[in-house]
Amino acid sequence: MAEETAPSMLHVSTSPHIRHNETVPSIMLFVIIALVPSFIASVWFFGIRSIILTLVSILFCVATEWVIVRFLLKKPSTLSDYSAILTGILLAFNLPPDLPLWMAALGGVVAIGIGKMAFGGLGNNFINPALAGRAFLLASYPAAMTTFCPTRQGSINGLAQPIDAISQATPLAAFKESLANGTFQALDFQAAIPNLLTGNVGGCIGETSAIALLIGAAILWYKRIIGFSITMTYIGVVFLLFWIFNGVTSDILSSDALIIATFQIFSGGLMLGALFMATDMVTSPITTKGRIIFGIGCGVLTFLIRKFGGYPEGVSYSILLMNLVVPLIDRYSRPRLYGKVSA
Amino acid sequence: MFGKVSFKGGVHPPHSKKQTETVAIETLPAPEKVIIPLSMHIGAPSKIAVKRGESVKIGQILAESGGFVSVPAHSSVSGKVLSIGNFPHPLGQNITAVEIENDNQDDAVATEPLDKDWREAAPGEIIQKINSSGIVGLGGASFPTHVKLSPPSDKKIDTLIINGAECEPFLTADHRVILEKTEEFLTGALILKKTLGANDGIIAIEDNKPDALALVNKTLQDSKFSALRLVTMHTKYPQGGEKQLISAATKREVPSGGLPMDVGCVVQNVGTALAVYEAVCTGTPLYQRVVTVTGPTVAKPANLLVRIGTPIRNVLEHCGVDLTKTKKLIIGGPMMGLAQPELDAPVIKSTSGLLTSMEIHPGVKSYNCISCGKCATACPINLVPSLLARYVEKDLYEDALDWNALDCMECGSCAYVCPSKINLVHFIKLGKYHINAIKKAASKKE
Ligand code: SF4
Ligand code: SF4
Repeated sequence: MAEETAPSMLHVSTSPHIRHNETVPSIMLFVIIALVPSFIASVWFFGIRSIILTLVSILFCVATEWVIVRFLLKKPSTLSDYSAILTGILLAFNLPPDLPLWMAALGGVVAIGIGKMAFGGLGNNFINPALAGRAFLLASYPAAMTTFCPTRQGSINGLAQPIDAISQATPLAAFKESLANGTFQALDFQAAIPNLLTGNVGGCIGETSAIALLIGAAILWYKRIIGFSITMTYIGVVFLLFWIFNGVTSDILSSDALIIATFQIFSGGLMLGALFMATDMVTSPITTKGRIIFGIGCGVLTFLIRKFGGYPEGVSYSILLMNLVVPLIDRYSRPRLYGKVSA
Repeated sequence: MFGKVSFKGGVHPPHSKKQTETVAIETLPAPEKVIIPLSMHIGAPSKIAVKRGESVKIGQILAESGGFVSVPAHSSVSGKVLSIGNFPHPLGQNITAVEIENDNQDDAVATEPLDKDWREAAPGEIIQKINSSGIVGLGGASFPTHVKLSPPSDKKIDTLIINGAECEPFLTADHRVILEKTEEFLTGALILKKTLGANDGIIAIEDNKPDALALVNKTLQDSKFSALRLVTMHTKYPQGGEKQLISAATKREVPSGGLPMDVGCVVQNVGTALAVYEAVCTGTPLYQRVVTVTGPTVAKPANLLVRIGTPIRNVLEHCGVDLTKTKKLIIGGPMMGLAQPELDAPVIKSTSGLLTSMEIHPGVKSYNCISCGKCATACPINLVPSLLARYVEKDLYEDALDWNALDCMECGSCAYVCPSKINLVHFIKLGKYHINAIKKAASKKE
């Protein structure tokens, strides 16, 4: 850049001459650290399988990036920014415990190869790589991607008494089915909430424990690595919409409505998505205004998919769809200029 | 003291002031030679008024004011004019300067304070005195002070703010002036306030200088200073930027493309207030200033009273700077200061500090923008620096203009926080340069 070496060996460069010590790798590292509580929870509930799945996913993400950068692009390795490792962890967290390992590996290759490197690597990708990998697997292997096993503690949908017909369903699927076949009992789902908080329910390995995810997110909030705008609007909108359009009662002051709304925000991938996927910096808007729009969009889409879609879950598709409109949001969410003269 | 005030945005770089904030101002012996450039201010260069070989005294005018937006330049030593020619200038490029050999006699021209008490003087007389004393803003912008004191008649100034923020890390010159020349700079503030006819006179100081706050607070108890009030500001960079200072102290927003006077404010730096006092009350023109010399390769960090025109090399030698370890020399603070390619340029009226650094590049490795948005959050003007840099990189100057690149004050907050270590200020400066060139070309065509 604007730099030259003067005869006196003094160097010249543009101000500022000091920089904050936060760097891209330090940010990635903190996000990885923030995912450790969830990883521990996943091992607790799904056993050794979680460890293997995560390692396979990381390995293939990292290897894919290394091969592409070193052999196709012939550039210095980019692994030291830790973003490939992070993608590997996030992809694994979005996979069911029993998924065949080769599928996880394939997911890793797609996540990095297509979701990230095809666009030019970190910073140039406009969709979340881990979600790209997950979406690919979901579209290619829908059965394997939606078959969930109970936790080691024997819980699958977290309800108080297993409902026979829907015993092999995750909490969200159980909810959808019980509404469809008229067996819905609000108290059943209220009883599921403590299990949703701890993570003692079936689901993708990293998404089930709301508490572990929140502890991790608290680290990122504290370090100001992520803000509240996306997460809060996303979760808030899902809560609000399911509270009003709960499908059971028009009395939104009834406990049923509140139970449903609460149940919805803690189940499925919403916590993982709102805390760690939608907040991915590269694929979310730059300004606070834009992030609020983005969070609202994610919330509305998640609600629509969960409510009317074929799948009980809609978090990853919602975020991916919103990723696509980020450039547009950025264009139209310009902050108010200091001292703007109103024309 | 009441609640503390601040502005929106900004950053918190380490203060790094410990080394010099408790070191009293020391007078640097006058050098053997001084080099006094004809342009040490914004506006028309001064017009040479001496000849080669002529003997000059301290305070003698070397060059007359070159227009309304201009000031004269005075000699800072007594001696002989060695040459008038091109010399290095700290803002880059060689420009005409007067080289004077010091005879070490320190003969000074007779000082001429205002011929009456300043309280009785008309604003015009004070403004004239300030102009003829060569006073410019000493905070860094070096805009001629008398111009700021002569607003067009349709702009009513109701507030004078004395800028004691000194928000740049490392610099402590203003801090020391506040502590050691308290009554003097406050008197300067009174003179400025009276000249402007303002009804509010604010002394604004950041809360990382508790001793300065306490002392000013105590001094202001004296009834002769009752026209002034102290405002405590949170320590945040760039608190000392004119717009940020005005926002913090008065909650007013200077319009985009406008000036402080558009919202009834005039901002003057602490050092400028002191210079005004000295010009009006003692008749001393501006030929010396306080400079902070600090950095990791400086053996004796100091706040020095330096004669204008002293070569930087002399100042550094006095402070025991290890030049073999020095990789960078910055004039001003680390956020907005200018890196110098050589040591031969002189200290000029705007030189607030000399800072050495052992690092060539801050933040070594750079990455692609990860859209973290930290630059936008930090920008006190509410720009989106990452987008601006991207537009400039792709030569999309129209877009950069549309996204208000020209409003950038180059404070460096964005580049400071950027985790990808992108040289955002470099790109934005480049963009502004191109935009201005395009605008110029367009206006020529018409
Ligand atoms: S864009 Fe300009 S005004 Fe904004 S933070 Fe960067 S340098 Fe400062
Ligand atoms: S701070 Fe740097 S990485 Fe973050 S958005 Fe701005 S330019 Fe991009």
